[in-house]
Amino acid sequence: MLLIDCPHCGPRAELEFSYGHEAHIERPKDPDALSDSDWAAYLFLRENPKGVILERWVHSHGCRRWFNVARDTVSYEILAVYPMGAEPPKLEQARYV
Amino acid sequence: MQARYSFFSLARNALGYHENWPEAWRSPEPRGSYDVVVVGGGGHGLATAYYLAKEHGITNVAVIERGWLGGGNTGRNTTIVRSNYLWDESAALYEHALKLWEGLSQDLNYNVMFSQRGVLNLAHNQHDLRELQRRIRSNRLNGIDSEFLDAAGVKAFCPVIDLRSDGRYPVLGASLQRRGGTARHDAVAWGYARAADARGVHIVQNCPVTGFRISNGRIQGVETAKGYIEAKKVAVVTAGHSSVMANMAGFRLPVHSVPLQALVSEPVKPVIDCVVMSGAVHAYVSQSDKGELVIGAGVDKYVGYGQRGSLPVTEETLAAVCELFPLFRRMRMLRQWGGIVDVCPDASPIISKTPVQGLYFNCGWGTGGFKATPGSGWVFADTIANDNPHPLAAPYTLERFTTGYLIDEHGAAAVAH
Repeated sequence: MLLIDCPHCGPRAELEFSYGHEAHIERPKDPDALSDSDWAAYLFLRENPKGVILERWVHSHGCRRWFNVARDTVSYEILAVYPMGAEPPKLEQARYV
Repeated sequence: MQARYSFFSLARNALGYHENWPEAWRSPEPRGSYDVVVVGGGGHGLATAYYLAKEHGITNVAVIERGWLGGGNTGRNTTIVRSNYLWDESAALYEHALKLWEGLSQDLNYNVMFSQRGVLNLAHNQHDLRELQRRIRSNRLNGIDSEFLDAAGVKAFCPVIDLRSDGRYPVLGASLQRRGGTARHDAVAWGYARAADARGVHIVQNCPVTGFRISNGRIQGVETAKGYIEAKKVAVVTAGHSSVMANMAGFRLPVHSVPLQALVSEPVKPVIDCVVMSGAVHAYVSQSDKGELVIGAGVDKYVGYGQRGSLPVTEETLAAVCELFPLFRRMRMLRQWGGIVDVCPDASPIISKTPVQGLYFNCGWGTGGFKATPGSGWVFADTIANDNPHPLAAPYTLERFTTGYLIDEHGAAAVAH
């Protein structure tokens, strides 16, 4: 069970949150101009890293606000919580094989 | 050449107090080059190597495994085998696998303990019921045995299910695939390893792959903990770690990796002689030959590579199991674990060539790869040998995410993604 530090409500159990998958995926400004493979990349291709992931969470059973989290997908340690729209913090990448 | 396993070899070795059994497969140091290097020594990877050798005569093959054989998802699943998938593409692939399962022990000369005890998929509400009926009809059109049981039929087939009307999850009916069942998961890895080894395949364990050498868009070989290995073709079958491998080769995959959980209880006397699955409430139960209840749970909702799984998922599944099978409420659980599954957006696998020539990926099996092990290896070996997708694998290329020809099996995959 993760203990997620909601920037508005403080640390709460994972059960109160919903997951929004990878963060910083920008919807293409002009979808009509995109090739099929670029559109597929936007829709489907993901980093899915073993290591630090930047992801979105929403506190569904609390303040119902979205925020970003940087988390290690192996140790599950939450390394940073930062607002939507903000640049991700500079983090040391752990190397896993 | 290995000695065949038979009644006579058993009797002969009994005279020697079973101290003289030869090793089931060799553990050679890797050569400098191979025709095909298979990355990943799970069931799918070993089956791929076996069918490469058996069906295509390609025996200069190495299987490179990071840990030990079958130590990943092959040894972590709930061993359920069935083929009652909705769409034609999936039905063809999984049914091909099921037909191979039916002759697998003889083919491999290794008892994989395939037990066709019947698989029930429960319906708890009207919507479930309609979806189930649709799937049953689709299965039958595809020549897959599938029948509908009403509530009384479910009770007769599996008496331990609670069918009182005040239950939290009333059972309105179920689909039954009688040819479905379970197999001994470790034996599948070991059997394929032994049979592949007998045909000359090298099996290299404790040897992580750390990179690929690619030049002019063509694979040259793999970097491993035991040095560089040249390869004409490289086949990657690494389940939850597929994105990591793709990243080494310089492209991304449409998958995300999550732990899928399972548990086993203390062993008890035979109480449930079929497989019961309920996708809606995340409760899959069967009983192993040792007597343990084997319980399958759901996936974590967030990306993770820790082979543990999140506690709320365990709780949800056990709550559902206790509702459906009140007599299991006082059972104690012995072990709980997770396996990292790579889930595709359409809950169907990827069996494909890649942007790198000579590099093939077999991944994205998500929560249901075990049942497909023989079929997956079969079509992947064919794809590698001919550098062209096997007809059954053709719908499962990476291109389907560009063309939009997705094969949505969220319903039949049973574990909600």
